[in-house]
Amino acid sequence: MTNRSVTKTKEQVIETGLFVVAFMTVVFLMLILGFLLTRAWPAVQEVGLREFLTGTRWMPSSRTPGYGAFTMIYGSLMVATGALVVSIPWGLAVAIYISELAPAKVREVLKPTVETLAIFPSVVIGFIGLVVLAPWVARTFGLSHGLTAFTGVIMLSIMALPTIVSIAEDAIASVPQEFKEASYALGANKMETILFVILPAARSGVTAAIMLGFGRAIGETMTLLMVAGNALSMPTTRVLGLPLPNFFGSVRTLTATIAIEGLDVPWGSLHYSSLFVIGGILFTFTFAVNLVAEMVMHRKEV
Amino acid sequence: MESKQPVMSSRHISLWYDKTRALTDITMDIPEKQVTAIIGPSGCGKSTFLKTLNRMTDLNPAVKMGGFINFLDKPLQQYDVVELRRRVGMVFQKPNPFPKSIYDNITFGLRLQGVKKKSDLDAVVESSLRRAALWDEVKDRLKQSAMGLSGGQQQRLCIARALAVNPEVVLMDEPCSALDPVATAKIEDLILQLKQEYTIVIVTHNMQQAARISDGTAFFLSSQLVEYDTTVKMFENPGDQRTEDYITGRFG
Amino acid sequence: MSKYWQQKLFTIVVSAAALFSVGVLFFAVYWIAKDSIGVISWEFITDMPRRRMTEGGIWPAIVGTVYVSLLTMVFAVPLGIATAIYLNEYASKGWVVRMIRLAIRNLAGVPSIVYGLFGLGLFVSTLGLGHSLLSAALTLALMALPLIVSASEEALKTIPDSFREGALALGATKWQAVRHQVLPFALPGMITGSVLALGRIAGETAPIILTGAAYFYPLIPRSVGEQFMALPYHLYILATQHEQVAVVRPLAYGTALVLLGLVLSMSMGAILVRSYIRRRRTW
Ligand SMILES: Nc1ncnc2c1ncn2[C@@H]1O[C@H](COP(=O)(O)OP(=O)(O)OP(=O)(O)O)[C@@H](O)[C@H]1O
Ligand SMILES: [Mg+2]
Repeated sequence: MTNRSVTKTKEQVIETGLFVVAFMTVVFLMLILGFLLTRAWPAVQEVGLREFLTGTRWMPSSRTPGYGAFTMIYGSLMVATGALVVSIPWGLAVAIYISELAPAKVREVLKPTVETLAIFPSVVIGFIGLVVLAPWVARTFGLSHGLTAFTGVIMLSIMALPTIVSIAEDAIASVPQEFKEASYALGANKMETILFVILPAARSGVTAAIMLGFGRAIGETMTLLMVAGNALSMPTTRVLGLPLPNFFGSVRTLTATIAIEGLDVPWGSLHYSSLFVIGGILFTFTFAVNLVAEMVMHRKEV
Repeated sequence: MESKQPVMSSRHISLWYDKTRALTDITMDIPEKQVTAIIGPSGCGKSTFLKTLNRMTDLNPAVKMGGFINFLDKPLQQYDVVELRRRVGMVFQKPNPFPKSIYDNITFGLRLQGVKKKSDLDAVVESSLRRAALWDEVKDRLKQSAMGLSGGQQQRLCIARALAVNPEVVLMDEPCSALDPVATAKIEDLILQLKQEYTIVIVTHNMQQAARISDGTAFFLSSQLVEYDTTVKMFENPGDQRTEDYITGRFG
Repeated sequence: MSKYWQQKLFTIVVSAAALFSVGVLFFAVYWIAKDSIGVISWEFITDMPRRRMTEGGIWPAIVGTVYVSLLTMVFAVPLGIATAIYLNEYASKGWVVRMIRLAIRNLAGVPSIVYGLFGLGLFVSTLGLGHSLLSAALTLALMALPLIVSASEEALKTIPDSFREGALALGATKWQAVRHQVLPFALPGMITGSVLALGRIAGETAPIILTGAAYFYPLIPRSVGEQFMALPYHLYILATQHEQVAVVRPLAYGTALVLLGLVLSMSMGAILVRSYIRRRRTW
């Protein structure tokens, strides 16, 4: 009998131990958030969040420092949005092809191939952008160098592609067969079925794929650090009098700023603290994007 | 029913999976060293009832239960669940050997209890395989994977595995439904042998099987116990029209 | 345009997009390989970099990447597997479990550079671990954690419930059932999943820039407190930061190929092993 109670205690200890470990994930997330907040706090207090979010002069180590991060927010949003404009249609097409059109043999090769793209280290993608795409961009568009937002957009769209494909493909594949059969029975052809029945039925998964792709694009560092030029500017152009982002200018993203300045910033300085503000902005972006994706994907359960 | 001492007795057992009612007020005794068959149409709660008898239902957090079941002298809830499951063994509908050797399958339960001596383990392996009428077929390949056995052999292995921990009651949930007639006949013979030593409760869809092997038969219908009596009585002169309809196959 | 032609066009466009993605992959590998195959030699792999990295090899970067990845796994794998076991075997529904799952998904979404910044703030400066293998590995471990949890959970999900029930019905306790009839069969899947995660981690640059990777440190680190060179960071430096970018370009190509080869072979290896295990599975 004591033997049994020993076993029972042991069981209890194991379960509790496993729970504690699992709960560490929550602790880690809170730790990251809390740490970003406390380290960012001095700068927020000194400079004001408003200046960070709307100011355009970023010169934290100058004698007359500026902490406006809007230039980088602009840069990040510009390349991430641009990348999605490319990778959403591209990714959806690949997902549709894999789940609806490809012969079984092709699918078996295609899926792992696209997933392999996700394994490519971002620094390698950046390197390819640097040595292959950038010179081509410079030549083709007659620029002095090819390190532009456009170059970043293209490389970034390749990086966001696997995320979009794999989630969208799951969503499309889980559309019930009956929907498709009903559509064919009504005389729709394959294209109509895909566009008007399958995609709408899979829309929550597709939306989630897009959100997560956006999160991936906003958070990407190395590729953009290497190919987007890192200029602290907000390139614009006028089309029919309308100011629009100029993708053939250089931009610097939030992520690149941390990577560039984080290495030799004096710990504890206002500059150091302001980098955590940028980290906080990034964290908030991706946290919100993930949350929305989560909510969209589980809408039925709520 | 002839009055043998009940080993298990359920009193007013009701059970819900969330909002689905699976058992309604089941009261019945399981007599010692007899074969008790549970019959009834699909979804009537047979498996659920069987699982309440060794508290496998505890594993499902959605389950809510009312009433109580006595095992020997005290309610099931008062037993340590691990101890209870050792004493009330279970054989599942689909043979579920572990993907390990035949020997390791049989000795798993004993090792859990701390039995380590090879000669003890060897002895139990032989005796339980003999009791499950499988010894002659597998004695030369005890170290080979159990997954290489035929379906019927796998099921007898699972029976042997259950017997190896020396239970008092063995619960069987449609143990033959995945088997061909020859394998089924073997298991039926085996069950008749086993009732010398064990109390057996068996769920079956097969009327002939119930008639051939059981002493008592309980007929379940949509979560209720309709009738429970000796098998002879149930098959020759059922007291309830619904029982008769079901047994004679005039039922959906 | 008739319906027939519309459909034809649609099919062509969609297939072309799919084909193009494969094209991009092969093109990428081709471009790296074409200019680097000539650079790769035994000396390139096993030599120290010399003359401000304009000559010599990349041995310390290879070793550094291997070290930091392995150390990362030492932290992340046990935590990740234990978390997966809790979630898949023990957790019942409830808000705590929902919170844990939410945390894991959000950890997976945090940008790598933010991990780097966090590592810089916590491990490097606040805890005083300095720019070191240890700081970098702890940072990467946080990143790897969600990957390993989901891979391990997937492996646990392939184990049929009948194994658990079979064990419990024989009088096994919960942990005994998990320990003897679930984990042994899930372990190969967990390990291949972890190797896949390792492949991803080995290629990460952003988090280690801020936490321990050195610009130039032609030594093999002898303790976890030392800085280290790493292939991804080395490639970044050769490609953009070196004072003679044009001179070291061949070395950059070589580094890219080695890094890509390392990461891809690890991942492909894991994928192959996984599919082999799946085919061999008898249940
Ligand atoms: N795990 C579960 N969760 C929810 N409902 C369940 C669960 N198991 C069984 N049920 C429901 O409880 C009822 C009884 O199920 P049970 O499996 O006991 O029937 P059964 O008589 O064994 O049927 P069968 O002959 O098909 O095996 C059914 O309505 C079934 O749908
Ligand atoms: Mg059943």
